Amino acid sequence: MSERKTWQEVELGIELPAATSLAYKTGGWRVLRPIFDPSACTHCMICVGYCPDMAIPVATSEAGVAGKGGRVFKGVVRVATNLDYCKGCGICAHECPSKAITMIREEEAEQASCKL
Amino acid sequence: MGVRKAITGAQAAAEAMRQINPDVVVAYPITPQTPIVEEFAKYVADGVVDTEMVPVESEHSAMSAAVGAETAGARAMSATSSQGLALMWEVVAATPGLRLPIVVSLVNRALSAPINIHCDHSDVMGVTTVGWVQIFSENAQEVYENTLLAVRVAEDSRVQLPVMVNQDGFITSHAVEPVEIFDDALVEKFVGVRSLDRALLDVEHAKSVGPLVLPDHYFEFKRAQEEAMSKVFEVYREVGTELSAITGKQYPFFETYHTDDAEAVVVVLNSAAGTAKAAVDAMRAQGKRVGLLKPILFRPFPYAEIREALKDIPVIGVLDRSMDFGACAPVYSEFRNALWALGKRPAMQSYIYGLGGRDIMTTEIEAVFEELLSGKLDAEHQRYIGLRG
Repeated sequence: MSERKTWQEVELGIELPAATSLAYKTGGWRVLRPIFDPSACTHCMICVGYCPDMAIPVATSEAGVAGKGGRVFKGVVRVATNLDYCKGCGICAHECPSKAITMIREEEAEQASCKL
Repeated sequence: MGVRKAITGAQAAAEAMRQINPDVVVAYPITPQTPIVEEFAKYVADGVVDTEMVPVESEHSAMSAAVGAETAGARAMSATSSQGLALMWEVVAATPGLRLPIVVSLVNRALSAPINIHCDHSDVMGVTTVGWVQIFSENAQEVYENTLLAVRVAEDSRVQLPVMVNQDGFITSHAVEPVEIFDDALVEKFVGVRSLDRALLDVEHAKSVGPLVLPDHYFEFKRAQEEAMSKVFEVYREVGTELSAITGKQYPFFETYHTDDAEAVVVVLNSAAGTAKAAVDAMRAQGKRVGLLKPILFRPFPYAEIREALKDIPVIGVLDRSMDFGACAPVYSEFRNALWALGKRPAMQSYIYGLGGRDIMTTEIEAVFEELLSGKLDAEHQRYIGLRG
């Protein structure tokens, strides 16, 4: 809820419009940031399935994307983690069989991006 | 005009549920509540009701499923006792905040430990702070009528809160009494269908139900819930008047028995009020001016009306069938609060009786009256009836 309502104005039974979580960006909770290395990824989708916040989007690529060992992966591929919603739990990094994701502290990631 | 049937309190609750014909009933068996859902399951199996009965693996699931059904717009009911209510507690506490008018038949039973299946009020007294309307019933007849009343009070647009209808485990739930069951068609008309002013599972206008609400709004929702509770009094009166047209009875917040000229009054809930009436009769036969006040609507608590009813009574004994360890017993607390505003307050004595199904006899209540009339009271300590040692 963005506007401040009085007790006489609040909705009966705590109902809000649908899909309120879209407006609620939980990325600000993050302490560790997942750094994704596309060159090590096999697009197995394990990280996508495990992500508790559905913060790893997928896309369809006809042309394909370059992945582990220079191989081109076509069809459904994972893309960059959506940092608006990623809470930095690290489950993706833990589960990744190809070690394509590493977790680094948020302030290190910030400093690295500043240097760039 | 009704039909008189010889049934138990549990069957009386099931009879009311048969006439209410709820869309959904979800319950998990627990002594002494089991015969309610057992009886109701028979109605479902025989096609007497249209209810969908959902078998679940626990009371926590039972109340969760009832919440789901009511959120979808159905009329849902459940029944439980003691440990079942305890396991249900998380969802029981959430239901009033979600403003879902679920009606639960609570067959009062002692809470473990030590484990015990018999009557006391420790189960219900553990949930009186979370926002359910609480109605108490002296006998099977009252269980039946209170259950009908409860549905209408719960679903009124000014209220939309869940209601528990209490009856004493075994003493009421398993004892056979003559119960007058009113005409199906009249009751069906009285109960009506749940009217919704909220489109809950409307995919065209999708909503989030029960989301996270942080310090910026939680307080406001809780204040709105309190407002709904305060509306229960007027709704209870109105619905009671409507039910009177069928039953010919009155539905007061509490019942008084020979209190007008009484020098001492006993306050007691549920079945023991029946025992107390017999004690009052015996004392009155000896010329002793004693009376009884039996609370019926316990949440919200009718402080002003209780105060008015008891303001001229010199001495009041409040009998509790549960303890609030290290504090005043729950019923006694409320009566003390109600009478606090009086300039000249009655003397009061707190008594604990009947824990874990310990019987209470008319002679014991007569002894309470004698003690109250003697003036030998101890405002600082509760006394125990029927306790060894």
